[in-house]
Amino acid sequence: MAEISAHETVSGQLPAAKPAAWRLGPGRANAVPIILFLLIGFAAPLLAVIGYSFMPPRTFGLWQTPTLENYVSVFTGTSYISFLWSLGLGAATVLLLAVICYPVAYGLARVFGRWSTLLTLLFTIPLFVSENVRIYGWILFFIKNGVLLGTFKAWFGVEPESWLFTQGIIVLGMVYVYLPFMLFPMTLGVSMVPKETRDAAFDLGATRWQVFKEVDLPLSMPGIVIGFLLSFVLAVGAIAEAKVLGGQKVIPITHDIEIAFTYSQNWPLGSALAVLLMLVVGALVLLVLRRFDLDTILGRR
Amino acid sequence: MSPAERSQRWRASLLWAWALSVVVFMYLPALCLLLASSTASRYFIFPITRWGFDWWEKTFDSIQIRELFKTSISIALIVTVIAVVIGFFGALAFARYDWKGRSLYQKLVLLPIFFPQSVLGLALLLWFNAIGLPLSWKSAVFAHLVWIVPVVTLVISIQVYSFDPALEEAAFDLGATRWQVMKEVTLPVLFPGLFSGALFAFLLSWGNFPLSLFTTGADTTVPEYLYAKMVAGYTPGVPVLGTVSTITAAVLLLGGYGLITLRRRARLK
Repeated sequence: MAEISAHETVSGQLPAAKPAAWRLGPGRANAVPIILFLLIGFAAPLLAVIGYSFMPPRTFGLWQTPTLENYVSVFTGTSYISFLWSLGLGAATVLLLAVICYPVAYGLARVFGRWSTLLTLLFTIPLFVSENVRIYGWILFFIKNGVLLGTFKAWFGVEPESWLFTQGIIVLGMVYVYLPFMLFPMTLGVSMVPKETRDAAFDLGATRWQVFKEVDLPLSMPGIVIGFLLSFVLAVGAIAEAKVLGGQKVIPITHDIEIAFTYSQNWPLGSALAVLLMLVVGALVLLVLRRFDLDTILGRR
Repeated sequence: MSPAERSQRWRASLLWAWALSVVVFMYLPALCLLLASSTASRYFIFPITRWGFDWWEKTFDSIQIRELFKTSISIALIVTVIAVVIGFFGALAFARYDWKGRSLYQKLVLLPIFFPQSVLGLALLLWFNAIGLPLSWKSAVFAHLVWIVPVVTLVISIQVYSFDPALEEAAFDLGATRWQVMKEVTLPVLFPGLFSGALFAFLLSWGNFPLSLFTTGADTTVPEYLYAKMVAGYTPGVPVLGTVSTITAAVLLLGGYGLITLRRRARLK
């Protein structure tokens, strides 16, 4: 298909054998495979979830009389607590990440020079190790007789309480897991600020703080906002941190959904919860993305 | 040294110190896994009194573990090939051509990346169930693709943005056929992007847990096995496999990047 599209500039020579692709135009023709794939692999499953959410509770077929029962029980039940936990943990994670990542992003874009590539690779590697394995590493660090407390005991002779299974440790786990998702868009954003603009601001007598507030921050906003969005959405959808590090003290909405699907065998209820989560996430993503031109952020043209 | 220069240096070293502490933070768990995998005792107690690599031997002698590796690698390889092909065309539509509806297309294609993977896994489970598809490692390939194809498309797109369409036009003007242009111009120029896309696809599939959990059926991937072991109680096999995963990712990424750099240098000469 790309071969056809590559022909765009010499369309006069286009063989008449492929009129359909021609009518689509090269851009659309190239988009066909991925669009078809995502229709079957993404849109259809989401429709299936929506369909199931209207089925009678505790049934497994998709072709029964639709009912609103699941939504009624979601709204009259206690799921809102899980929703609030998910949103709260996500918000805490994003705020911490913003503070942690901004100096690193600034360094990667401006200060570290040729070392930036190596550092970027170092930040990328953990992404490819299964999330729960890495979280398990934190357990080994924080557990009684683990790396932290064991060292403490060996040096000072006393062993403090383990921090595992608290809300704080859940946030630490999420900050750790989603750090690259904040860092990379942020770095893109920071490197979008032209050096000349900053220099000009300094020449005109602006203080560091003013340059940060009036030049750096607004001009790198697209990258920063995408970093916020990405890490927030992923943190709201997280499940392993609360389950493994938090010892199930806090039940986020994703865990509620999983329980509905596994232990309680109530697919329609789980689907209704998933639909609500999807609505929150999808609305947020489309609302934020709508305001950006991805070409400028990614291509810097 | 002027005061301004001194303050500049001071700021740079502060930034370095901060960035390096973040790197340490990112690798602390991996270090803990490494420590836990090299103890000779059944349980992990720090500081380690008896070092040893017995658990490495035991883990790799196990036939079950080899089966897991086979499943995970097969899934990852197939995912890589399909994702790069679909992602290549997707990226051309994303960044190479201007067409009506492209802006919407860009956002819709990225939507799955922003989606909570556990929910996506469940949605796929429902969908497979609704159309009566039996669950096995093959359905997991499909599930991985739903999340990985958009990522690969994005990665390749970044390379496509820097691609100059005039190169293709020039080749056409010189009388090259469509296939020749593809083989001699487009593919070589986009190679670094395709290569990074393939690396991302392989590694993301290799490490994926939430999608595999709901879609592999009776087959088991390495991350699923690790999770089951973690929940069931401690075995030093978990840190061993965790360390292996980390080292594999590091070697592939650093090696891959080294290759691309060498290739670029060789070309410039």
